[in-house]
Amino acid sequence: MNELDPIIKIQGIAQRYPKREGGTTTVFENLHLNIQKGEFVCLIGHSGCGKTTILNVLAGLDSTSEGYVFVDGREINGTSLDRAVIFQSHALMPWLSVKDNIGFAVKSRWPDWTKVQIEAHCLKYIQLVNLSGAENKRPAELSGGMKQRVGIARALSIAPKILLMDEPFSALDALTRGVLQEEVLRICAETKQTVFMITHDVDEACLLADKVVLMTSGPQARIAEIVENTMPKPRTRATLHHDPQFYKIRNHLVDFLVNRSKMHLTDPNALDFDPKYPPVVQPGLDNIAA
Amino acid sequence: MKNFKPWLPAMLSIIILLIFLGVWHLATLPTQGTIDPNLDPEYAKLLGASAAVGQKSTMPTPADVLDKLWVNVKDPFYDHGTNDKGIGIQIAYSLARVSLGFGLAALVAIPFGFLIGMSPLLYKALDPFIQVLKPISPLAWMPLALYTIKDSAISAIFVIFICSIWPMLINTAFGVSTVRREWINVARTLEVKPLRMAFKVILPAAAPTIMTGMRISLGIAWLVIVAAEMLVGGTGIGYFVWNEWNNLSITSVIVAILVIGIIGMILDLLLGKVTKWVSFKE
Repeated sequence: MNELDPIIKIQGIAQRYPKREGGTTTVFENLHLNIQKGEFVCLIGHSGCGKTTILNVLAGLDSTSEGYVFVDGREINGTSLDRAVIFQSHALMPWLSVKDNIGFAVKSRWPDWTKVQIEAHCLKYIQLVNLSGAENKRPAELSGGMKQRVGIARALSIAPKILLMDEPFSALDALTRGVLQEEVLRICAETKQTVFMITHDVDEACLLADKVVLMTSGPQARIAEIVENTMPKPRTRATLHHDPQFYKIRNHLVDFLVNRSKMHLTDPNALDFDPKYPPVVQPGLDNIAA
Repeated sequence: MKNFKPWLPAMLSIIILLIFLGVWHLATLPTQGTIDPNLDPEYAKLLGASAAVGQKSTMPTPADVLDKLWVNVKDPFYDHGTNDKGIGIQIAYSLARVSLGFGLAALVAIPFGFLIGMSPLLYKALDPFIQVLKPISPLAWMPLALYTIKDSAISAIFVIFICSIWPMLINTAFGVSTVRREWINVARTLEVKPLRMAFKVILPAAAPTIMTGMRISLGIAWLVIVAAEMLVGGTGIGYFVWNEWNNLSITSVIVAILVIGIIGMILDLLLGKVTKWVSFKE
């Protein structure tokens, strides 16, 4: 479809668990997805459709029952410094200061660097996420938003090819979430970072994503549709809702989550397409949609 | 809960102590006996007045103990031969045994506990052995130790070793096996090598639990050393207690009990400080 070779190629992955009473439960199956370099892709779906599993597979923390995942043309084999993860629960080490938490990652990436080099690198990323002044604080002394900033700085500090985010802002209050979303937007635009993010938040997807991947509800979840976010960049939280496309896209996403995500369970034709090529839609440019 | 002044607990402690000393003092006052009218005056003369009119209680008064304590503290390191050494020397012997036995146990238990904690297979396989060995009174090992080692001094250290190993082993294994998954996942995504993972992630994460195990172990070791030295004899605070019992010097026994308690408290406080140092708030 695209002349560029995608940086992430997911080919027919599935996750199945043996049931207690025999047989297997299929969480998701027949999942195909390509992500281009520099793209910001959001994955939306209800709980239980295996979103986190997909992210863990991309991270190399989990393996699938079927299928293959290629990154940069090579099949994933375990975790990699090229794929940084921002965890939902920030996962900072409480016995290390902010600087040392980031330093731990930097040291992992460049084991030969001197202390001075590592420190300078850490400070640069602490500044990037606007945490200057807190470098020597322990995670326990930070607010939830600040902790997640450290998580973001730690992930970015190793200059990963791909950034994987597992509902990074869902544990934060609305105000903090908004501020952090804009910072992620700014940082990713500056660095042209490839991002794969799981979210529940439709507005977050509208603001950040280039493409929104919609998954049906589990069991046997699949990709139902890929929504292209056609709103022009740069986007800001303050002006986004004035964009004429905004409500078309937003309504499309909400409609999917509310009505269409379970359709395949009653209508066998709902997913009547080649799972390798899920329909790509551009509701923002659609004039008929309300 | 209502707040109270910071000096209040200390004052209450002192009042409780004074009440305790007061009751002790009253209970051990010399009994004012009257001469038994039926007592043969010749016999009374023979025994001396004290026996005849009732006598001082054999339980020492607080003042006696304080006197004795002062005598011991004033010159703790004298050495007048096998059965007459200062309390300082005896405590030094006991502390040396405890630190040797406890130190060796830590050297074995912590690395081994680490291994068990990392491997669910080993954990399950060794659990029955640990569960059987753990409740054995360390003194039950004494005859076996004396028979195989054939040296009472080393046997005492072995007994300390065997009693301090279990809490450290179990706590280390537990601490290591329950390190939060997310910290390990962070390290995994950073491609951290196993050794660095062990020392930089698992060890600091499990350190508070390991330290708790060490505190329990040291407490038990200090309990057991007294009994072990009573059996082994020769030197140490346990032997001191037994020796003073044979001398029927209850005053010295009480002094020794007090000293044992205080040393035990100091040991626990020291490890408590280390525990605080390795603990972290989440």
